[in-house]
Amino acid sequence: MARRKVTGMSDRLRYAEISQSRPAEGEAGRTGDWRSKRPVLEAATCSAVKQGRESCQICWVYCPDASIARGVPPVIDLEYCKGCGICAEVCPTGSIAMQPEAEHGVCELPEGAE
Amino acid sequence: MRTMTTTVMTGNEAAATAAKLARVQVVAAYPITPQSPVVETISAWVESGELPAEFVAVESEHSALSVCIGASTVGARAFTATSANGLAYMTEQVWWAAGARLPIVMCIANRAMAAPWNVLNDQQDSMSVRDAGWVQLYCRDNSEILDTTVQAFRIAEECDLPVMVCYDGFLLSHTMMPVDVPDAATVDAFLPPRPAPLQVVDPADPRNVGPVVMAAPRADADGEPHGGYFEIRADHQRALLAAAEAVERANADWAAATGRDWGGLTWDYRLDDADIVLVAAGSLATQLTVAADELRDARIAAGVLGIRCYRPFPADEIAARLAGRALAIVFDKAMSYGYEGPIAGDIKTALFGREEAPRVHGVVCGLGGRDVPVSELVDAVRRAMATPTAGAPAAPSAAIDAASTEWLGLAEKSVS
Repeated sequence: MARRKVTGMSDRLRYAEISQSRPAEGEAGRTGDWRSKRPVLEAATCSAVKQGRESCQICWVYCPDASIARGVPPVIDLEYCKGCGICAEVCPTGSIAMQPEAEHGVCELPEGAE
Repeated sequence: MRTMTTTVMTGNEAAATAAKLARVQVVAAYPITPQSPVVETISAWVESGELPAEFVAVESEHSALSVCIGASTVGARAFTATSANGLAYMTEQVWWAAGARLPIVMCIANRAMAAPWNVLNDQQDSMSVRDAGWVQLYCRDNSEILDTTVQAFRIAEECDLPVMVCYDGFLLSHTMMPVDVPDAATVDAFLPPRPAPLQVVDPADPRNVGPVVMAAPRADADGEPHGGYFEIRADHQRALLAAAEAVERANADWAAATGRDWGGLTWDYRLDDADIVLVAAGSLATQLTVAADELRDARIAAGVLGIRCYRPFPADEIAARLAGRALAIVFDKAMSYGYEGPIAGDIKTALFGREEAPRVHGVVCGLGGRDVPVSELVDAVRRAMATPTAGAPAAPSAAIDAASTEWLGLAEKSVS
């Protein structure tokens, strides 16, 4: 959504707001607040942790929003994670659980829900 | 030395010649009657090397405009042409090109919309996309097609807006007329290479053009505030309104360079002392000048107001030229079905609340290539003058009769 820099530009760019974005962290907004379920990584069972080196990293490969950083264990950026759950699906050791945000005090559970 | 050559050519050849003189870099098109000779001519020039451009043959009009959108986004001067159902087929991209603010120029050889199937002229095709955010210019003869198409590139690139150059199918597209062709130096001086595009795609400064935008404004990653969908659309509207001045300036500069002045936003004929003003866009307005001469011979003070720039709509200029007249008769070659002719409706809106506004009577004519003889235009004026309710505020716009929207030359069902 960046407005092109107008330094030195003539009047032709007076009404020049168009839809565009740059590849920068957060350019699409704080998408973490779209999330209804949160990925929680259990480090004890994560392959990379068990092997003591930066192995596997399949969650990092598959995260469609580049919200997971490589590491031992990989680190999920909850500021931008939309909660799609793909990391939990692809984790070969089942170390990522999708937990309702309500359980983390972000919102309230609907009445009667468990 | 700059030279001008007079050549006899069709309207389609005039459009193609203008694209060549404008040094277009990318042309993508799909054939459709009556536009086809425009891009057939250009394709022959590209093939022979006479025009150093990329010609992209595509499988549909939707793809034709899509290719132009891509080319324009990386900074190329892009051109296409279409008609009627071809224009309808590219409608999605018509909106995209405008909203993305791409300075594409597209010639429209105006043709009737199906159904019923018909390849002949009216202006329903381009009128149906008047709301999409393009500049729309209507031409009255082949010389104006050439001149306006060259001007269109400058208007487009100054305002970051796409421009449609509309001219009547067959009546102009396939009719031979003498056209004054300026030399390359004249056009190069008038139309410099395209300035740095607003939507630049530059590997050194990567950006995503046209991502999803939320309704509300918000900050980018650097904390700089940017408009949401609503603000971007408001900028588009401001740019389109400001384009009126660019249209006038392009016409004035062209007139200074070539001696040909097409009137900017509107033009007129025997208008100064006219009580009755005949209004239309395109070649129909040329025909109205002949009708005005006949009416003048019969001591009726008739004149013509031609609409050259339909979007942005020159409401103030039209209202000023109609102020103090008794009656404006607007001849539309299109309908907003369920209401009235589009130009008639827009003129009524332009006059709303203004002092000394004339009555505005709408006449629809020429749909599907129905012949509009001068005698019928003269009769329509005489009928409107003899009908006190014609164009009066109480006249029901959507009815079909001499007092409201009149369908000129409509046959009664005569087959028994």
